[in-house]
Amino acid sequence: MSVLRPLDKQPGLNTATILLVGTEDALLQQLADSMLKEDCASELRVHLARSLPLPSSVDRPRIDLIVFVVNLHSKYSLRNVEESLHHVDATFFLGKAAFLATGAGRESHCSVHRNTIVKLAHTYRSPLFFCDLEIEGFRATMAQRLVRMLQICAGHVPGVSALNLLSLLRSSETLAPEDL
Amino acid sequence: MDETVAEFIKRTILKIPMTEMMTILKAWDFLPENQLQTVNFRQRKESLVQDLVLLCESKRASLRDAALLDIIYTQFHRHQKVWDVFQMSKEPGEDVDLFDMERFKSSFEKILRRALKNVTVSFRDAEENAVWIRIAWGTQYRKPNQYKPVYVVYYSQTPYAFTSFCHLKSNTPLLSQALTVASNHHKIVKMDLRSRYLDSLKAIVFKQYNQKFETHNSTMPLQETLELDMHMDSRIIHENRIEKERVQRVTQETFGDYPQPRLEFAQYKVLI
Repeated sequence: MSVLRPLDKQPGLNTATILLVGTEDALLQQLADSMLKEDCASELRVHLARSLPLPSSVDRPRIDLIVFVVNLHSKYSLRNVEESLHHVDATFFLGKAAFLATGAGRESHCSVHRNTIVKLAHTYRSPLFFCDLEIEGFRATMAQRLVRMLQICAGHVPGVSALNLLSLLRSSETLAPEDL
Repeated sequence: MDETVAEFIKRTILKIPMTEMMTILKAWDFLPENQLQTVNFRQRKESLVQDLVLLCESKRASLRDAALLDIIYTQFHRHQKVWDVFQMSKEPGEDVDLFDMERFKSSFEKILRRALKNVTVSFRDAEENAVWIRIAWGTQYRKPNQYKPVYVVYYSQTPYAFTSFCHLKSNTPLLSQALTVASNHHKIVKMDLRSRYLDSLKAIVFKQYNQKFETHNSTMPLQETLELDMHMDSRIIHENRIEKERVQRVTQETFGDYPQPRLEFAQYKVLI
């Protein structure tokens, strides 16, 4: 199956699975480690993939949240993410997908403009986070946010759904893309 | 002792960093141990150098000794020079002669002197049947310039020689000819390799990096374990694990486990 769908599998008991998609293996691995260090009532699983479509041979659980990691220093990572986006079902973008841009701190090394990634996130109506994954402190904070987001997307937080969260996050961003 | 030689020795010793001073002077072996003990190595570098030069003067150091010191300094700091690689070849029918180092040295020097009167040639033997040659070029009317020498490292058991980059390109044909004739070869060709790191060039040219059965010389194999193994957290799943393992396996099969030669830049030619 080449397209990821959010609801085509049964959820696991108390399990929340996040899929990190990006070309920067080392950074993804570090982010995964940081996430797993967090205290969390649910059982977490982190899947790391270079790009989509995923190899079908792996038996995987239902994916609750996809985070596309783009390295602003590399046009290749942006292109990789853009191509992977074709293999994701539209219903994922109702709160179960997010973008993460890393490397914004080192302005001189950036070959992807900030606005490019902002526009991409706006096109897909998904939240965008900027975080320098190389820096320990920022990475830990980001990991915390992602874990909380994951719990909501997996439905483990009563009263809040993924769509709810999306509209909450969006209201602070509605003006910014219009100014582009 | 000649003024110029004294100045040359002084400048060479000044280049040596303090941490290596003792090692290099001992390798030079010109000033005996007891004399070195009398020198105060804790003083400022300029005064130390003056003392050493005075000692050399008292022992009547010649240009040859000074050139030897220069070779030793360069051997310790070989990465400061940029090295080119030359490959020599014999005629297909020729026999393999026994290589005689002394004959090579005298023949090499003779060829250079016949062409150019003003030239200083010095030799120093090194490990693995290699010889370091230092050549200071002059012209018909000028004495050799000791501050811009060319170094050649010739591995006698192989047809390869490494030369340091020389600004005076006009003398390169003469140098190539001397090398070829003195070592009993027929042709010499410059290879498309250039680097600061002599060891890397050696590894590439002698094909040492791919030997899997290298037991005597083998350093510890690189910790080539995949990152996967180090973070054995079962909650992290790599979707592309099979692909990663395949890449890892192919790389290991091609390049082996041992440290690879250092690549500084690569130049590609497109042949249409």
